[in-house]
Amino acid sequence: MAKLPPELHESPSQTAGPYVHIGLTPIFSGIDGVFEEDPGSRMINADTLGQRISVSGCVYDGNEAPLADALIEIWQADAAGLYPSPREDRGSADPNFGGWGRCPADLATGEFRFDTIKPGSLADTDGSRAAPHITVWIVARGINIGLHTRLYFGDETEANAADPILSSIVARERIDTLMARSEGEGRYRFDIHLQGPHETIFFDI
Amino acid sequence: MSSETDQHAYLPRDRDWQPPALAPAYKTSVARSPRQALLAFPTTLSEESGPVFGHSMLGPRDHDLLHNFAGDGASAIGPRIVVHGQLRDQSGRAVPDALIEVWQANAGGRYRHHNETYIAPLDPNFGGCGRCFTDANGHYEFYSVHPGAYPWPNGPNSWRPAHIHFSVFGPAFAQRLITQMYFEGDPLIWKCPIVTAIPTRQGVDSLIAKLDLDATLPMDSLGYRFDIVLRGQQQTSFENRSEGL
Repeated sequence: MAKLPPELHESPSQTAGPYVHIGLTPIFSGIDGVFEEDPGSRMINADTLGQRISVSGCVYDGNEAPLADALIEIWQADAAGLYPSPREDRGSADPNFGGWGRCPADLATGEFRFDTIKPGSLADTDGSRAAPHITVWIVARGINIGLHTRLYFGDETEANAADPILSSIVARERIDTLMARSEGEGRYRFDIHLQGPHETIFFDI
Repeated sequence: MSSETDQHAYLPRDRDWQPPALAPAYKTSVARSPRQALLAFPTTLSEESGPVFGHSMLGPRDHDLLHNFAGDGASAIGPRIVVHGQLRDQSGRAVPDALIEVWQANAGGRYRHHNETYIAPLDPNFGGCGRCFTDANGHYEFYSVHPGAYPWPNGPNSWRPAHIHFSVFGPAFAQRLITQMYFEGDPLIWKCPIVTAIPTRQGVDSLIAKLDLDATLPMDSLGYRFDIVLRGQQQTSFENRSEGL
């Protein structure tokens, strides 16, 4: 089965720019009455299964200045480790969980926060088992193409040690940049550094 | 890696086709571009899956920027346009039921945003946001005004070409894309460092919507066509054989 070259090029990415909120979180940007709610602003409801967690953080540039105009999206499995997606063929995901969240950084401080549930972990069809993780995507003015990374949980030592992606990272000293730090009571901290000695590992996926 | 995984794997992003993270002429990219190499690995279920949006989330005027912020009986000021196109993946297959979100400046080049300082006035009847889903054949359509060009603080006299921002979801989160649509014939396109960060002329051309008289609504709105391509899955000669026979 020879691999064939793709017929088409992907459309080139362009920066989301400073006014990304108008399109993606219009209510946050003060545009009322067009959409009922900002998509991705509510990830869980009272019936969602799993441990409630919050993930807070900030995106920093190469001068360690917070990005006050970034927008972050996350995508994750439910508490059982199942994705609420047609692509999921290992079981049925929690109908009260959509798996996707979107949060604009605070316009003054750059802080973002997601209220969600801790994702579970389920063996893939090939037998490999990823540690609980959340896919993170960052766009902003000055970012020409959205940056992908993963959030792992710093308190999942055993699962992290067995994770196939984490295990593949040669620069062991940088793995810590993918770890959300537990601050107790389900609160996690995940800061993202675009450059510098603590530059987050970004993924080419 | 199992055959199951291979079957769903997405093609790697072509980093020679996409704009680089660091494009020094676009000054803001200097401090906001990663310096370390990206970590590459074959896509996993985490990237091959993605959120599902229901059509029920749409209101009746979500795709009509002329009216979705306007007062009763009013509409936005400016040249009226209808923008349409097809969403496909790299193998040429239509992507149905995809959420497309758009945002733009008004006809004077002014955005409705806290951080906006341009002297051009707001249009009280224009919000600047809209959204729609692609149909079963990957087609989408929305109504708006032709946005104006506007100055921005990159160089002493930098102007953005007229553009509409697009955010697109495919079935896989790996396909997540934000881009900008430009307008055929705009001389500012080739002077913009955000545009020219794209390495090839062919790549830039693919973001320039063409005037489409066939889509034009007579005595109403000029039509523009803008096709979008998302990342595709790896194809093999075996999978495609039926087409050749």
